[in-house]
Amino acid sequence: MTGEGSLRQSMSWLHGWAGLVLGWLLFAVFLTGTIAYFRQEVTAWMQPELAGSVPSPQAAELAVAALQQRAPDAGSWRIGLPTPRSNTVSISWQDRQSLDVKRGEERGGRGGRGGGRRGGGESLILDASTGAVLTPRKTAGGNFLYRFHFELYALPREWARWIVGLATMAMFVAIISGIITHKKIFKDFFTFRPAKGQRSWLDAHNATAVLSLPFHIMITFSGLLLFASTLLPLTERFAGGEDRRGERGAARALEAAHIESLQNRAASDVAGGAALAPLVPMLAEAEKLWGQPVSRITITDPGRPGAMVELLPTWNDKLIQHSGSGGLGAVKMRFGGRTGERLESEEDLPETLTARVDTALGSLHRARFAAPTLRWLFFLTGVGGTIMVGSGLILWSVKRAQRLRGAPPGRGHRFVDHMNVAGVAGLFIAVAAYFWANRLLPTGLAGRGEWEIRAFFAVWCLCLLHPLIRPLKRAWIEQLSLGGLLFAGIPVLNAITTRAHLGNTLVSGNWIYAGFDIVALVTGICLLQAARRVALHRPRAIASQPPLMPAASAYTAQAAE
Amino acid sequence: MRPTRTALLSRIAAGVLGSYAAASLGAAALAFALPLPGRDAVTLAQMTGFLIFTAAIIWAFSAQSAARAWAGIGIPVIVSAALLAILLALRS
Repeated sequence: MTGEGSLRQSMSWLHGWAGLVLGWLLFAVFLTGTIAYFRQEVTAWMQPELAGSVPSPQAAELAVAALQQRAPDAGSWRIGLPTPRSNTVSISWQDRQSLDVKRGEERGGRGGRGGGRRGGGESLILDASTGAVLTPRKTAGGNFLYRFHFELYALPREWARWIVGLATMAMFVAIISGIITHKKIFKDFFTFRPAKGQRSWLDAHNATAVLSLPFHIMITFSGLLLFASTLLPLTERFAGGEDRRGERGAARALEAAHIESLQNRAASDVAGGAALAPLVPMLAEAEKLWGQPVSRITITDPGRPGAMVELLPTWNDKLIQHSGSGGLGAVKMRFGGRTGERLESEEDLPETLTARVDTALGSLHRARFAAPTLRWLFFLTGVGGTIMVGSGLILWSVKRAQRLRGAPPGRGHRFVDHMNVAGVAGLFIAVAAYFWANRLLPTGLAGRGEWEIRAFFAVWCLCLLHPLIRPLKRAWIEQLSLGGLLFAGIPVLNAITTRAHLGNTLVSGNWIYAGFDIVALVTGICLLQAARRVALHRPRAIASQPPLMPAASAYTAQAAE
Repeated sequence: MRPTRTALLSRIAAGVLGSYAAASLGAAALAFALPLPGRDAVTLAQMTGFLIFTAAIIWAFSAQSAARAWAGIGIPVIVSAALLAILLALRS
């Protein structure tokens, strides 16, 4: 096979199979990952008891009052202020004993991962205007969907990372081979002609793929990098004998020593009284410097001479700002707790070019820098990616059916068709069922979050069985319709079961809740429309479409001979 | 030339297993050899590793024959493995 034509042939073959082999998993990763861009908002929606809280300028003071009352002797307090993504205040505290243990470990450079979250503490959610304690229902929230998109569920972590990592690798191969296959990629890129000619699966696939190609490349390659230590373990094993754990421990010890010296400085300052200085001026100072509000406050040793206040901003405002789990750690401002005087303003950015590129790719993947408008753009591009993967899966089957010219499909083809129904339409039903379970399960149910997840998987399994007993086309229509009805019904269900429904949330401009209902409704309508299309569809339409990647069939035919 | 079923399977093996071996060993050798500070060598090697994998799998399916596919992947695998072995030996 030589020449440009046959390269395209073989790449078309590779594109088809790389996309198919783990395609259903990729579809699920794209769909749940796209929802995960609104992870916090989804969690909020799944706790409608929090919907009534309205952000107010007193939120920080209310939180301090609540902490002073509940945990005056705590070793540290933490306050999460309302943001455009959350309208409540969260408070948590850690008792002195467990904090001392943690500090001792850090000084010795032994502090483990997430040491700050170990026991000895409590957390509460408060109304941001009244300070009243809110008790939301237990839910697995947006977090389950977020975790599922890279760790699946109930599998050993490393296995799940391997499985999703391999799918990501297949995705990257499918993208690159797809680009090579696509003859007029540049032309198509610059001349997008919507709704001209027949709207086919090919159009949907190409439009979503080409239109946001940079996003697909970015999201897949950065996804690979997030899995790098799993997929390419040898790199770390042999790399110059670097001891990463030791390095991190040393960095933590250094940080602990630094904070201790700051606290000593704060303690020796005689200017302040014994009480905690008001937070509002500190918040204002930080907001002025950062150009954005503070989202998190940590107060170390409240009520002691060395009390220190640490503020974190709401968004990362630089791509190269580290955005690993635990979030916005790179930029912070510290104040003396009694004096209210600024001790330092820190911005810890990666130093080398490689580290910056790596961090920027991670930031792009997680969109943790994205304020609402940009976040919507990421979400929409994610929707595009989901449609691209879904339509690609369907194309594989449509193309094959076309080649058969009415002959009955083989076993493998039927398997793909079956999986497509459950993997594409069925997943929508499962996600909708997850949200329905959130509203319908009794609020006091023990292990409620687990039951929501069980509902998700149980319904998905039923969707996997359903095509066994129904003809293919009926199975598509029924699953798409059910998914559509469930999604479109979410605002209705919400109105029946809670007060956080569109009638209230639209009026009060509560976009976290209203946005969820509206997106659910739109999703439902799209699925119902898709069901209608399938129902009206006549196979003739397929035959009159231009053949997709005609070369692919030749290659497989050759291979089969 | 008409690839047989065996030739196709052989290509798939080269494309999946061979490409992974090339990526994994190539990246490991790079992580070792790159004259970069600390974590950077590893990061850059990992980035390159994924590109090696993609390039290798594309080669595996576009080469003229399964034999050429294997040769094009086998040589880099052997070279990286040898490089890695030498670097490991030098270090100890």
